[in-house]
Amino acid sequence: MTPPTGPTRLTRRGFLGTAGAGVALAGVGAAAAACSTDGTGDTPVGIVPFRGEKQAGIVTPAQDRLHFVALDLTTTDRAQVKGLLQKWTAAADRMTVGAETAPGGAVNLNPEAPPADTGEALGLPAASLTLTFGLGPSFFDKLGLGAQRPPGLAELPAFTGDQIDPALSGGDICIQACADDPQVAVHAVRNLVRMGFGTTSVRWSQLGFGRTSSTSTAQATPRNLFGFKDGTNNVKAEDPAGLDEHVWVRPGDAPAWLVGGSYLVARRIRMHIEIWDRTSLAEQELIVGRSKGIGAPIGGEAEFDLADFAAKGADGEPLIGPVAHIRLASAQALGGVKILRRGYNFVDGSDGQGHLNAGLFFIAFMRDPHTQFVPMQRALANADTMMEYIEHTGSAVFACPPGLRDGQYWGQAALES
Amino acid sequence: MSRHSSAGIAAVAFLATAALAGCTSTAPSGGAPGAAGGPIAVKANDSACEVGTVEAPAGKITFSVQNTGTKVTEFYLYATGDRIMGEVENIGPGLTRQLIVEVPDGGAYTTACKPGMVGDGIRAPFTVTGTAARSVDSNTKLAEATAGYKRFVSSQVEALVPKTQEFVDAVKKGDVAGAKALFPIARTYWERIEPVAESFGDIDPKIDGREDDERDPGVQFTGYHRLEKDLWVSGLQPDSNAIADQLMVDIKDLATRTAAVELTPVQLANGAKELLDEVATGKITGEEDRYSHTDLWDFEANVQGSQAAVAALRPVIDEKDPALGPTLDTRFKAVDDLLASYRTGDGFKLYTELTAADTKKMTEVVDALGEPVSQVAGVVTS
Repeated sequence: MTPPTGPTRLTRRGFLGTAGAGVALAGVGAAAAACSTDGTGDTPVGIVPFRGEKQAGIVTPAQDRLHFVALDLTTTDRAQVKGLLQKWTAAADRMTVGAETAPGGAVNLNPEAPPADTGEALGLPAASLTLTFGLGPSFFDKLGLGAQRPPGLAELPAFTGDQIDPALSGGDICIQACADDPQVAVHAVRNLVRMGFGTTSVRWSQLGFGRTSSTSTAQATPRNLFGFKDGTNNVKAEDPAGLDEHVWVRPGDAPAWLVGGSYLVARRIRMHIEIWDRTSLAEQELIVGRSKGIGAPIGGEAEFDLADFAAKGADGEPLIGPVAHIRLASAQALGGVKILRRGYNFVDGSDGQGHLNAGLFFIAFMRDPHTQFVPMQRALANADTMMEYIEHTGSAVFACPPGLRDGQYWGQAALES
Repeated sequence: MSRHSSAGIAAVAFLATAALAGCTSTAPSGGAPGAAGGPIAVKANDSACEVGTVEAPAGKITFSVQNTGTKVTEFYLYATGDRIMGEVENIGPGLTRQLIVEVPDGGAYTTACKPGMVGDGIRAPFTVTGTAARSVDSNTKLAEATAGYKRFVSSQVEALVPKTQEFVDAVKKGDVAGAKALFPIARTYWERIEPVAESFGDIDPKIDGREDDERDPGVQFTGYHRLEKDLWVSGLQPDSNAIADQLMVDIKDLATRTAAVELTPVQLANGAKELLDEVATGKITGEEDRYSHTDLWDFEANVQGSQAAVAALRPVIDEKDPALGPTLDTRFKAVDDLLASYRTGDGFKLYTELTAADTKKMTEVVDALGEPVSQVAGVVTS
């Protein structure tokens, strides 16, 4: 291989070359302006605008890959935290358009210094990267911002069957990186984590290799590791009334900085897939309440047929059993409660006992965890037969502010309230 | 010893050229007088550090340090950021040793005695007045940085040789308890200057190799860790004395070679970073001292060595990136503070007494420090 000569500059593919964005991207501020058009018109394919009324990565059509990280503050110095949030935001502005964290950061700066960008995304496009930012309850306590702590961040109760590992739970800050390419998502998290050393430390992190939800009617419903379509009845981007009702925090719900944002509930759900795989197809379908093939509710014909929870079979028993997963989790059973699911399948290697350490990393967005997630999970934990095949091993709640306008940085409104 | 890089750096990293220039930290008694009024007397005991005067004019300053206590002590003169202007190590009870230090700039300095050679020591302010005539551009500052770090290396070697001799003597006498007590102390001087030792690719594996390192046929497992295994695990062996003698030969070989080593500022900066890499991969993991579990002694020594290299470069860092120095100060202090919480007596808790929460805290402070230290090489070459 011939070493590069002269002023050759390696860049991330599609960055300098992208029409429209390319010119603007010489400066980050300009890049942000070019990309804040809220997904309409000029935005190049594969770039999801980082700035806008809402944070990207919530109703954005769910990308296939996830790297989620929860961080703890290692300082109580507000100015230091502000400095990091500004650095993170500048890097996020760049990475979400397929650029390095700093111009020429991977290979074109001082060779005696460690590269400013770690480099594994060189040559890769933006890959629909979204970076979604949230604040955990202890963020406010550590920085003396107790008055700004939103009520929805109150601790979740313990649920029947929980096996929560504190080392996989909680956190002062979360960053959800979703992309079409896992390397792009990992690159983003890795570089943000690196910038945080001395101000934050990683508490836990989770990779997800495949989406388990659709957040847009344009997407097919994917399958979880039980082999079933998941989230058929999700709240979707095309239903603004549903989003307002179930997902976005309203005035009066929380401190002003969170209005228009959303709460994120994360649950690491270990699936005992080896045991599930020994379960008959009929039993699997009874447990879920849907057919495994097309995903139709039992008694229905097609995936999106409405589930008829009143229908009875020839034996007089309900077709969809009293403890079927879709019945317990349904809006009908929960007084109209819905959430926006955005979870991912994971396999974290094996467990040392000969089983795959696999499951579903559940992520959901909602207006209030305590009136939406809590009753839903309580119903499932107490009755769902599926609980025999799963256990919840991690848990966290974060408050995700609304989107950023030009010039704003992550968490600014909460920090400067 | 680094697990992955010992031979790779090789001697090319450090050109052996000129002999050690300038003053050393251990001039014989009756040596050069102070700039005005002769040597400044320092009386050091186990709980006090009495410095005869708290002010001296810029230029050559001589301290005469008398240890009237019961513990081995050290004496330092620090500039901002704990930059070591000069130090004298390993002053045994009853001994007097001299420190001659060149201080060109007036300003606020700090003296410190370290009875038992632990912690920050007993500190006091020391003022230098006026300015010695000279011109200081960046290149001069860089040259002073490398010269200052060479003094540090030299002082460590001067303590490493006798301390290792004591350790070796204890092994050869069959004094297992005495040898065990000396093992982490002798290694302190080694660990502070490890990147320099590693630059001599052949010497590091002999002194600091691990049992599971791949060796050429016929090459034995030798050095500190072989004796560590004998002392803590297998008991002294028929060849333990021969291994001890060989360690002394290798340490003296190192001492001879370091006297001629010539360092560049980038090598100093990278050495500072490598020492923290060592902490992250060898000490926080308990890998280095797997038989004695005295890893925290090595941890502290690595950090001190890193700080000495960074401190030597401090004037250049302050000139080129004024924000970096204070960040380094804060982060080094966080590591020192955390380590201090694991101290027991003159030593540390054993690695086996640490919990996962302890090592996570250590990882956090070392990560926090490693990032700005990794920027130093770029800053001094900018």
